[in-house]
Amino acid sequence: MDWLIQGMLSFIGTAGFGIIFNAPKKTLFHCGLVGMIGWLIYYAFLQKGVDAVFATFAGAFLISIVAHILARQFKTPMIVFSVAGIIPLVPGGLAYNAMRTIVENDYAKSIQYSARVFIIAGAIVMGLVFAEVFMQLIFNGIRKRKAKLSKLSS
Amino acid sequence: MIETTQEELAIDCFLLAGRMLIQSGAETYRAEDTMLRMASSQGLTDAQSFVTPTGIIFSAGHKRPTRIAQISSRTTDLEKIALINSVSRKLTAGVFTLEEAYEELLKIERTNLFFPIWVQVVASAIASGCFLILFNGTWIDVPFAVIIGGIGYLIFLAMHSLTKVKFFAEFTGSLFVGLLSVLVIKVGWGYQLDKIVIGSVMPLVPGLPIANAVRDLMAGHFVSGVAKGMEALLTAFAIGAGIALALSF
Repeated sequence: MDWLIQGMLSFIGTAGFGIIFNAPKKTLFHCGLVGMIGWLIYYAFLQKGVDAVFATFAGAFLISIVAHILARQFKTPMIVFSVAGIIPLVPGGLAYNAMRTIVENDYAKSIQYSARVFIIAGAIVMGLVFAEVFMQLIFNGIRKRKAKLSKLSS
Repeated sequence: MIETTQEELAIDCFLLAGRMLIQSGAETYRAEDTMLRMASSQGLTDAQSFVTPTGIIFSAGHKRPTRIAQISSRTTDLEKIALINSVSRKLTAGVFTLEEAYEELLKIERTNLFFPIWVQVVASAIASGCFLILFNGTWIDVPFAVIIGGIGYLIFLAMHSLTKVKFFAEFTGSLFVGLLSVLVIKVGWGYQLDKIVIGSVMPLVPGLPIANAVRDLMAGHFVSGVAKGMEALLTAFAIGAGIALALSF
């Protein structure tokens, strides 16, 4: 039940972001799907007790991979799918706490929170980067294979 | 080889495509790539382009003039990016002639592809409610997050069209989100101030600059990557400052 709610809400939330970012209408469903996949992976890792940094990294990595695959299918730029998907992973709660502690003049705590925000934001970024490199390697491999096969058949 | 007027039309066409791509929030390397692909499909094989988030320099090669396009405003319009991308694909595949492609690009520039404002506001309101639950909020707070998220985004849109200063619009939007959330808690309706604020402020989060900055840096476009990263950081700072100001009351 919990998983169902998490999945549905992340789907609707990400599709809502698709509307805000004006994604093409026929891709809205897939935008939501990408966000849901990313969030569920993140949530699954958190439930297993894995650190939020790694969970965020895994979520962003998978979002980017699915976005790449969908982009190939739809022949649209990849960011159409990935931009809305990474929004749920943004560390809003930590950023809020960092701001709140600044207002309370508790700078030592604020720096702790801010450092955490930066590390998690960095995890999103690294997830995107790793997926990018990974997909490039795979697509290059497929292309080379296809070239080899067409050479053999001709 | 294309005629002189044809050549000018071609360069106009490429610059228009590149400018609209950057204005809609595409990655810098995509704009460069699109322009060069279109150019080489029209026989301008030694074309060069230099794209930054604030301007494009495009040179079509020997003896031909180098042109500059200025870019003053950038929004997030994924549909426009997809449409321009498909025009450029059709031009390079030979489905469109240059004139047809230029017509198509002009048509794309003229039409407003955005969803109606109320749809955007409703979408951001619903998204705010969803994120409240995703961030471990209670179901009782959902209606407040929905309303405040919608109002916050509406204020952001209104301020943006009024002042044209994006950071100020984000600041006011998040300030109102913070104030309304504090009000809801003070009146005694809401339970968790932090969850309501986080959920409602989500529609203002700069998703596109974050994703773009990474892809640009990966492609070796350090100027654009750093600029986009700075944009994301400034936006985050504007949101944070708005919330902090509201909390200090």
